[in-house]
Amino acid sequence: MIINHPLLGPRDSSEFVYLGDASLINRPDPDAEDRAQSFYEYGYLRINPAGMHRELWFHEAGDRSWLVVTRDTTTHEITSVEMARDVARAQGRSK
Amino acid sequence: MRYSGFRVIKEALTGHKGWTPAWRDPEPKPQYDIVIIGGGGHGLATAHYLASVYAQANVAVLEKGWIGGGNVGRNTTIIRSNYLLDGNEPFYEMSLKLWEGLEQDLNYNAMISQRGIMNLIHSDAQRDAFIRRGNAMILNGADAEYLDLPAIKREYPFLNFDDARFPIKGGLAQRRGGTVRHDAVAWGYARAADGRGVDIIQNCEVTGFRIENGVCKGVETSRGFIGAGKVGCAVAGSSGRLMAKADMRLPIESHVLQAFVSEGLKPVLPGVITFGAGHFYVSQSDKGGLVFGGDIDGYNSYAQRGNLPVVEDVCEGGMAIMPMIGRARLLRMWGGIMDMSMDGSPIIDRTHIEGLYFNGGWCYGGFKATPASGMCFAHLLARDAPHPNATAYRFDRFQTGHMIDEKGMGNQPNLH
Repeated sequence: MIINHPLLGPRDSSEFVYLGDASLINRPDPDAEDRAQSFYEYGYLRINPAGMHRELWFHEAGDRSWLVVTRDTTTHEITSVEMARDVARAQGRSK
Repeated sequence: MRYSGFRVIKEALTGHKGWTPAWRDPEPKPQYDIVIIGGGGHGLATAHYLASVYAQANVAVLEKGWIGGGNVGRNTTIIRSNYLLDGNEPFYEMSLKLWEGLEQDLNYNAMISQRGIMNLIHSDAQRDAFIRRGNAMILNGADAEYLDLPAIKREYPFLNFDDARFPIKGGLAQRRGGTVRHDAVAWGYARAADGRGVDIIQNCEVTGFRIENGVCKGVETSRGFIGAGKVGCAVAGSSGRLMAKADMRLPIESHVLQAFVSEGLKPVLPGVITFGAGHFYVSQSDKGGLVFGGDIDGYNSYAQRGNLPVVEDVCEGGMAIMPMIGRARLLRMWGGIMDMSMDGSPIIDRTHIEGLYFNGGWCYGGFKATPASGMCFAHLLARDAPHPNATAYRFDRFQTGHMIDEKGMGNQPNLH
């Protein structure tokens, strides 16, 4: 698989480390009332779709940036690659 | 029809005109006591033990394609019970004992061959860990044997003992481990279950569950609605896809694992050899092909095919530990989809929906578990209580902190 890095261009996926579903960006609030349940769901439950999947890849052998890759899990076709930082900021995260 | 040597001779003398189909091809009835989704090894084994041990005959197995066309036909056929943790070892040892009596139980030749399995050791720390594991196995009634370097050299003279990174220091052997003709497992269980009245319905895809007020009443299928007192799901690999139809999220990711077979060779391997440090394991099939594999590709996939970096990794592992494999040509390679659970161990449990039961999360170890998985799932479906050897395989263990994490990797499924 070739991941088209937004800054570095097309790179082989073997340069990257895979983490999992891109929803892992949204860590639950550790001070919320339902934190035990929400951290259980965050840590352990996955939608695991057959089809389009937004997922986190880390460019370990490159610029060490985190990417959000949209990939079809039934064909391995990659349709979009974004910087995870940009995705998080677009969701209102500032740090 | 009972199979025997006498029967083979009789049919040979009468032109093989007396053989009948090994199982029926029934139309689905409108209602069953128990419907099992998934006509693979685990689903068919569940049906067999429901009928033979738990006296449940009004059972159907629904399979979207043909039986044995999923992971029971795509694995590397190894059986073993070399686990460490209390939640796992009694279960897998029960499975190995069931394998040992399976052919007589099913009246079917599954070519079970206890040729042994040996895990290589490369360091003092690894030796300590493996001896501890061997002791845990012995405490649970399994067999384990530490092999020192001269013993390994005597039994496996073709290995590369002087690899610079992973020199061989010893091995942990389980002599009762071995290999099985995997397709025959599906066929044997299907034939035995069918003989006791279980309906095996192929080309019948489940498209949804009928759930009313939190109770599962049956399944919608490509061949119409089928009512059921209880529904058991045994579709590991596609568990996420199936349970999404019941609005469930699972502690599971689906990943692809590749496997390989070389051209047929004369007998060269005495048993199964695993080189865990180099992501490589190998055995030799009865046809002579070297059957080998390594790690999962490491990203979510339902594609049943992998990518080349892992092919290279597996072949490098093979060349590092067993250089003679470089002389063999590759005949076939394929991929299968694994339910990778969050702690590397399976789930056999009720769901929060009454009448809906789940069996999955087998990671890449489902084949060896087939008989025990079937027995424990049948027990759960028939008695509504977990089998004594499967009490740890609960859904809520991730919530309560009772993980069964053999590798100690945490909730990162692609590392298990």
